[in-house]
Amino acid sequence: MCTMIVEKAKVSGSGKGRDGWFTLRQANVSYDHPFHAPLDHAVNIDFVNPELGLDARVAVELSADAARELVRAITTALERGDQQHVRS
Amino acid sequence: MYRTDMYEGMLSETVTMPGHKGDVINAYFARPLGKGPFPGVVLAHHLPGWDEWYRETTRRFAHHGYLAISPNLYFRAGHGVPEDVAAKVRADGGASDDQVVGDLAGAMRYLRSLPYSTGKVAVFGTCSGGRHAFLAACRAKGFDAAVDCWGGRVVMSSQELTPQQPIAPIDYTKDLSCPLLGLFGEEDSSPTPEQVKKHEQELKKHGKNYEFHMYPKAGHGIFYHDRPMYRQEQAMDGWKKLFTFLEKHLDKAS
Repeated sequence: MCTMIVEKAKVSGSGKGRDGWFTLRQANVSYDHPFHAPLDHAVNIDFVNPELGLDARVAVELSADAARELVRAITTALERGDQQHVRS
Repeated sequence: MYRTDMYEGMLSETVTMPGHKGDVINAYFARPLGKGPFPGVVLAHHLPGWDEWYRETTRRFAHHGYLAISPNLYFRAGHGVPEDVAAKVRADGGASDDQVVGDLAGAMRYLRSLPYSTGKVAVFGTCSGGRHAFLAACRAKGFDAAVDCWGGRVVMSSQELTPQQPIAPIDYTKDLSCPLLGLFGEEDSSPTPEQVKKHEQELKKHGKNYEFHMYPKAGHGIFYHDRPMYRQEQAMDGWKKLFTFLEKHLDKAS
């Protein structure tokens, strides 16, 4: 456990896991060793639903640069969506 | 080292054992066949969990003539594939140091109770397991040797302390009760070479028996053949140093 950096967010939505779609409750964001990405440390995001068990998890492991790019893309998409929503 | 005309056999299986506070947890156990007696090694698994690499490494120790046991330090988080279990523990801030030390001490007692044990037992770990191996060697009396492979967060700032990890392991250095081997990479960011030096100064200050090796052109996870941080030359040298260290301190005939 080499950084122990973890942030949690309550989320609503759906994720597609091993057995298909399930309802999401929480996103766990850590900056620590990834399981699969060929990196020493990665931004690991686990979308989970604790009520459904340990395997109710959609996981991504991103480089720090990729995570920043994702944040930018999400923020931009939200801003554009908000603008269209206001216009419509 | 085994010879080509020697009989060789191994048993490896999942067992249960009493861990922290007597909780029964499961563990992966491997031992050479034969009457022994054999020295033992307790393996403290790393952040990615009780995974295949730790099973392979448990068998590696058995292949080299040790009773080897890797307790499932994430047992209480539930069961599933190792990554899902480890992801839950990671999200919860890690297993508590008290609990891990209790489980490793339980594994030590398990090995020592076996009729084919020499009574000598070491503790080994990598990454978070290296940190836990050092902690166990300080806090659970009875280990005969300890191996810390690139354990991060032995040196911790006050901001890094958490309810699960309330005291920096370096602060237990005075209580280290057995010889310590440390293997590190100079390109590692956790622990950094500066943190390793700080730990070394503390070991010297308290007159502890230790040997640290800092490998150039290596970072974190030198032994992990399944990860890009694997460093073949440094890993082979590290394993050689490790087995030499264990043979010396566990009174094992090579």
